[in-house]
Formats: sequence, C-alpha cells, structure tokens
Amino acid sequence: MGVEGIGASVVRKEDRRFITGKGRYVDDIKLVGLTHAHFIRSPHAHAKIKSIDTSEAMKMPGVVGVLTGQQLVDDKIGNLICGWAITSKDGTGMKMGAWPAMAPETVRFVGQAVAVVIAETKNQARDAAEAVVVNYEELPAAADISASIKAGAPQLHPEAPGNVIYDWTIGDEGATDAAFKSAANVVSLDITNNRLVPNAMEPRAAIAEYNEPEEHFTLYTTSQNPHVARLVLSAFYNIAQEHKLRVVAPDVGGGFGSKIFIYPEEMVALWASKKVGRPVKWTGDRTEAFLTDAHGRDHLTKAEMAFDKDNKVTGLRVKTYANLGAYMSLFSSSVPTYLYATLLSGQYNIPNIFAEVISVYTNTVPVDAYRGAGRPEASFVVERLMETAARQLKVDPAELRRKNFITQFPHQTPVIMAYDIGDFNASLDAAMKAIDYAGFPVRKATAKSEGKLRGIGISCYIEACGIAPSKAVGSLGAGVGLWESAEVRVNPVGTIEVLTGSHSHGQGHETTFCQLIADRLGIPISQVQIVHGDTDKVQFGMGTYGSRSAAVGLTAILKAMEKVEAKAKKIAAHQLEASENDIVIENGEFKVTGTDKSIALPMVALAAYTAHNLPDGMEPGLKEGAFYDPTNFTFPAGAYICEMEVDSATGKSSFVNFVAADDFGRLINPMIVEGQVHGGLAQGIGQALLEGVVYDSSGQLVTASFMDYTMPRADDLPSFKLSHTTTLCPGNPLGVKGCGEAGAIGASAAVINAITDAIGNNKLEMPATPDRVWHAIHG
Amino acid sequence: MSTVKLTVNGKAVSAEVEDRTLLVHLLRENLNLTGTHVGCDTSQCGACVVHIDGRAVKSCTVLAGQAAGSSVTTIEGIAKGDELHPMQAAFRDNHGLQCGYCTPGMIMSAIDIVHRHSGKLDEETVRHELEGNICRCTGYHNIVKSVLDAAGRMKIAQAAE
Repeated sequence: MGVEGIGASVVRKEDRRFITGKGRYVDDIKLVGLTHAHFIRSPHAHAKIKSIDTSEAMKMPGVVGVLTGQQLVDDKIGNLICGWAITSKDGTGMKMGAWPAMAPETVRFVGQAVAVVIAETKNQARDAAEAVVVNYEELPAAADISASIKAGAPQLHPEAPGNVIYDWTIGDEGATDAAFKSAANVVSLDITNNRLVPNAMEPRAAIAEYNEPEEHFTLYTTSQNPHVARLVLSAFYNIAQEHKLRVVAPDVGGGFGSKIFIYPEEMVALWASKKVGRPVKWTGDRTEAFLTDAHGRDHLTKAEMAFDKDNKVTGLRVKTYANLGAYMSLFSSSVPTYLYATLLSGQYNIPNIFAEVISVYTNTVPVDAYRGAGRPEASFVVERLMETAARQLKVDPAELRRKNFITQFPHQTPVIMAYDIGDFNASLDAAMKAIDYAGFPVRKATAKSEGKLRGIGISCYIEACGIAPSKAVGSLGAGVGLWESAEVRVNPVGTIEVLTGSHSHGQGHETTFCQLIADRLGIPISQVQIVHGDTDKVQFGMGTYGSRSAAVGLTAILKAMEKVEAKAKKIAAHQLEASENDIVIENGEFKVTGTDKSIALPMVALAAYTAHNLPDGMEPGLKEGAFYDPTNFTFPAGAYICEMEVDSATGKSSFVNFVAADDFGRLINPMIVEGQVHGGLAQGIGQALLEGVVYDSSGQLVTASFMDYTMPRADDLPSFKLSHTTTLCPGNPLGVKGCGEAGAIGASAAVINAITDAIGNNKLEMPATPDRVWHAIHG
Repeated sequence: MSTVKLTVNGKAVSAEVEDRTLLVHLLRENLNLTGTHVGCDTSQCGACVVHIDGRAVKSCTVLAGQAAGSSVTTIEGIAKGDELHPMQAAFRDNHGLQCGYCTPGMIMSAIDIVHRHSGKLDEETVRHELEGNICRCTGYHNIVKSVLDAAGRMKIAQAAE
C-alpha cells in the first residue's frame, strides 16, 4: 500500500470545491435565455380533472407558456415505465396502470403534476401558477395498505382489480408448512416497516436546452445514473433520440436511491424546452421533494419462525403487503420482491423459507428504492424475529444467533442467493467486545438503581449488493443489464483520465477510484482525473446505486487498467530493448527487472502518441476500455449492537452506545468507508426513532416539510464505534464488497431490540417516539 | 423593485431586486455566489447559513432589503486566498462532508459556534448547537469531529495573531 494506494485513508480530492462553495450543482447552472418552470399540482389524493383554464395565467407578466397533460398526450410523450417485470404466483404479469408525466384526466396522489407554467423568472412562474384554474371532481381515496385492500376500496387503475399489482411468492410453501407442523416452538410477529422520505439535501432539479437546428437536447439533472436517464427518456418517453440527447449529472447533493428514477419534471422540462424554444429550469422546493420524490419502505408483514427442540431454526414463513403508491416507479416492483425476500435467510442456516409478497396501489406518492431497498425490511424481519425468539425461548440472543449462523461457504439459501463468503462469528465477537456485552447485566442493574430502564439489542445483518450479474437479474425480470463500463486514457504527457459509468453524489469516487490507479502505477492521485456524469464524455454506463461502485464500477476500471498496463509494458519493452515479461511497474516507472534500465510513464505515453517507434503492428495511442459484468452479488455482513436507556417517565430513549462491526472485504479508503457506515446508521436509526410518513385517511400528506417530518439531527445521534472484520470477496479481483447501504440495513433492528429489551414489552412500532415508548411502558 | 446596497465578502455591492427577494436569492442569483444553498423552505435545514455582521444567520429567513447596509460573509469569503479557513481544513481532514450540499451552511454555523463558545466546546455542546443544520450523508459523526478539531485550530490561530 502506497500513501495514496488501496487501503490508505486519503483525504478527498473533491472536497476543496465543496468546502469553498465552488461545487456545481444543477441549480447553480445558468444558461442564456433561461426560463423557469413551476408545476401546478393536485391538492387531492384522487380526483377527475374536469377542466384546466390557463387563459388568465397566460396573460400574467413574464409568462412564456402554460402546458398541460393533454398536450403531452397530443405530442405522444410516453408514460413513465417500471423496468422490472414481476410475475404473480398465478402466472400473470404485474398490473401496471398508466402514469403520464402530467395527468390529463385523473390524479392519484396529492402533488401529482397536472400543468406547468414557464416564465421569465421563478417568481413569475409561481405567481402565474396561482392563476391556473383546475376544476376537480374528487373521488374516494385509499391512503394506506389496509384501505387499499379492503372490500369496496376505491379502485386506482382499471388494469389492477382490487388494487393488487402482483401476488408473488418465493420458496417452497409445502416444505415450509411441514417445518412449522413439526416445530418445537414457533415465534411470530406483526411488523410495520414505516414509510420514509429519502430527503437528499439537494432538492431535485433539471435544466433542459433544445438546439433547434441540431435537433439536439441537453439535460442537466440531479441523477445517480445519467446514461440510464438518457436511455429511458429516448427509448420509452419519446422525447429525444438517444444520440440527440446529452444528459449531464454534475455535482449531485445526495441521492440515497431517490435520484435513480427519471421523474415527470425532467421529462416535462425537456419537452417544454422545445415547445417554448428556450432553456427551461425547474428546481424543486422541499415540499415538492416530500410530495414527489419516490418514498421508501412501507410494508405490513406477518412473519413466523419455526424452531426445533435444540433451538435450531427449521422454517421461516413471511407474508408481506407492500405499498407501491399510486403508480409503479422505475424499479419499484423489484424492491419488495427480489431485493427483499431473497435476503430473508439473514445470516442463518434456514432450511425452509416461504414468502408471499402482495404489492398494492394506494393514493400516495410512488414508493421505490431508498438506501437498502428491500434489504432493511428483510433484515428487520429476521433480526426482530431472532430477538423475539431468544426472549420467548429464554436463551441469550447472541447465543441463539451463533447456534444458527451459516459457517460453511459458499452457502445456497432457499431463496435464490448463494452467499460466497463471510465470518459471522467474527463480526459478532468484535461487536460484543466493543460494547462489553458481558458487562451489560451490571450496567443494567446500576441503571435500574437510578430509576432508568437499560436495554441492549443485537442486529446481525447480511445484504446482497454490488448489483448485479446481468444474466441473473435478466432472468428475474430486470429490463436492463447491471454491468459497468470504464475507460482509462493515458494522455501524451502521462497524466490519466478515468471515465466511469459510476456516478458520485457524495461517495468520494474522485478519490477512491484514483487510489486504484495510484496503487497500480505508483503515481500520485493528483496525476489522475475521474470523469463521470456526462453522457457526451463517458460511454454508456449504469450508474451508482445498490452499493455497486466499488465492486462493479471499480472492477471495470481495473479491467481497463490491465489492458493499458499490458500495452504500456509492450511499448516500454520495445523502447528498452527488453522482454515485456521482464517489465515491472514501480513508482511511475517501467523497469526491467534485475537491471537499472527504466523508462518513466510520461515517456511511454509520449511514445504511444508520437508513434515514431512502436512495436511492429501496434496501434498508436494509450487508451483502453472495459465492460465488467459481475459474477455474483457481494454479501457484506456485520453485527450491530445498541445499548439504550429509556426514561420511563417521559418515554425518551437515549443512546448509551452504538457499535458496528462490518465485513466489507478489502477497504479501498477506510475513512470513506466509515463515513458511508455513519450515514447509513443515521438513516437506520432515523427510521427506528424519528422518521415516518403520515398520510391522513383522505390521502393528504401530513408530514410534508422538515417541520413535520423528523430528520435526524446532530443531537439525536451518538458517536459510533466502528470496527471491521475481513473476508475478501472471491467474486471480484479487488476482494471488495459494497459498504454504502449496510448501516441503513442493520441499524433499525438493533435500536428496536434494545428499546424493547429495556421496557420489557416487545410490541413497539417504528418510529419509536417517546409517545409510543411511554404507551408501551404504561399501557 | 428596490436597490439594496451591502458589503459581501468585503466588497461593496449593489443589486436591483424585487422587494420579496430573500438574501439567499440575492446572493445566488444576483451575485452568483452559489456556494450558499437552499435545502428547504421552512428555515430548518441550515444549508443557507451565512454571517451577517459576524453572526450566523439563515439567509432564507432574511429579506434582501433587511440586509441592506450589513456586512455579509459567505462560504466563498472565509479562506484567505489559497489558505483555507481552519474550519474548512478541519472538515476536509476529518471527512466532515460527503455530497457537499449542506457543507457551506455547516461550516458557517460551525465557525459561529466556535466563536460563541470561545474555543471551549465539547461533543454535547456541538451536537446541540448544530441542531439547525441538517446533513443526510454523514450521520454527523465526522462533522462533530471536524468542529471540535477546528475549535482547537482556531484557538491556535488566534493565539498566533
């Protein structure tokens, strides 16, 4: 490991622009002739649009145009799509209702766009929007799962009778039922996995520009995957042809999944830029983020675990209702199915698993992937069941887990996943040591003597990320492949540009990706530039989500680097009159082993481009590309333990300690990895203690601002104690696993297990607010 | 429309703005100082924090006209040329930022926190004082570390002056 190579906690290259206010986010971009868009949104959860009168608005100062959903239909702009096909247990396909970017006839959630005003200034667009008169006929609404599935519920889409999108199963139902019949003990739980809003701090934004003579569009947008955006906008939405559309995702202020999707506002901005013949900018405000960004989670689950007389798990049976909101967002169908039920085996050897997932429409914002996407929900089910079982069976929760840990790898679970490697005992040992698990009873007794309730909660999570082998996900219904691309360009002077299909919106790729190059060539990271986020510069790539940028994106860079190195060695050997097999690369030099002969990288690069003296038949230049398709998911796993103290008088829970022991394989930059864990833990803890979307029964979003939706703040969280155990991932040459989502996947169960342990009542829903905890204590 | 005259990052500036214009929009739209961000519409998130006459203020909560005659410092105005402010350096060295969007507001708030506590800060105080700044990326762990580190650096810098 060099000072800037793999394994070094290198300070981030990108930070200087962010800490000096020189970051360049979409809303910071200005174009000549820019106009501003403001959307008119439905105030009703479910209604027919009787009429839209734009005549007064058109007369308002500065108005350039007012466009409606009907005009989108007239221009044959496509409906939004869902890119993952799920088949119900009866063999039928999922029931997808039409989702137009602006509703021409029916609105199905509060906040759905029906029209847009384009004006010279943002304020003028906002003022004119007030003058657009939309006449609605209100319809009854189904605001949650229970309301959606009951008899006589309002029907959202004619395509989906009973509001059911699909009724999907996985696993062997008969064998699982048999395991329950012969069980010595059965543990069961009803679980609500609360609905969350991702709330990246940068609101979504889009700037669209149309060049009429070239028939060419440019879209600057807050995207985690600009190439996917371009593909979807061209192939499905009929707005621009792929080669006539440039999508740029510059600095993006957080995503957490919510910026994967291609939203109505980007579509409308592009379309409108051609309609009005001027560049169009839309920047969402926070309320629009609450009303339109894809939400996360929202499951109702009944889960049961069967044990034999030795406390070995023999079966797991799960039935989950998943709320997908009013429309099917881009990857929404896969989240409660292949990203959820395939992880229900957790870290345990469970011979029989059966899960049924029924996804339904409701009159709410569409739900899609949010940090963890299905895996936090699975982990919460398994780890709450384990803790509950330990209490019911009166055994130590750590020991019950150990008894059931998978210890042989590879391990094929009954729910598709084949775990490649792991050491679950090692991470649990590390976490128990870090929190002094053995000393807990004494601490609990001391707390009790001071009138406080003390509890400890374990969560041993596993997740599948680094998505994903294209062939495998294709066979499961994915509409895209999930490989990644890279290109390494060595410039004539020996500096290097790495073009990647991954996209950084906080993850630090501009540093970690350079570290690989520094490691391979022994050059400083200052000699390397990472290029990403622009479809005009970078070849097609799949973007960043599902903790894939290291395992898939960085491996693609490695593959391209290997080709560059092979060619560079040939050139060096030719220049040095040596055999290429004798060339080694050290400190930016190509050396002939066992001699003092060497040639520096810039000279090799220059030779490649002058092409005056290359080996016979060799093409000039030093630039190589690679597409890398992973062979398996990676399986990060770890143990989180949380110790909490509850004030029985107020119901307030306070952290005593939170420890995390993760196995992410090889760490490229431990500082950045730990930062990812911190952020994930905060989101998992936020779900457990603070965050929760509230709709009233009419479908009004009650929590639509930071005044009403409790974001974790600095004084809500503890400092975390992190440690790492290591099993190298055998599935990629770097041995890395994903680290971006683990915290959010494992944390919430640890917190709830700790509080329920403290209060002696296992019935507690998230978010475990002081009010809920107080009632759980006092009834 | 009104003409608003104020000092921003040490320079006298003048801008023609609608009366309803917020200071943050004057900074971003009229002066192209886009380091100051807007993350919410309810004065909760703190991405827009600047200093007005030396005090940390959410610039989305101040009309541009109210800032007339004031001296405003933004994130663009705290480094001395190439030399970062100790708070900026501490955020970089402690990985106190990820996506960078909340960072300018965090740094401006944090400088004010250190000033108000005359260099005497502990973790609990920093966490309490940062209540008006929301970060979704870092879990605050490294932000708190950065502020405590910077408090030490600022004390040393002050002593040296």
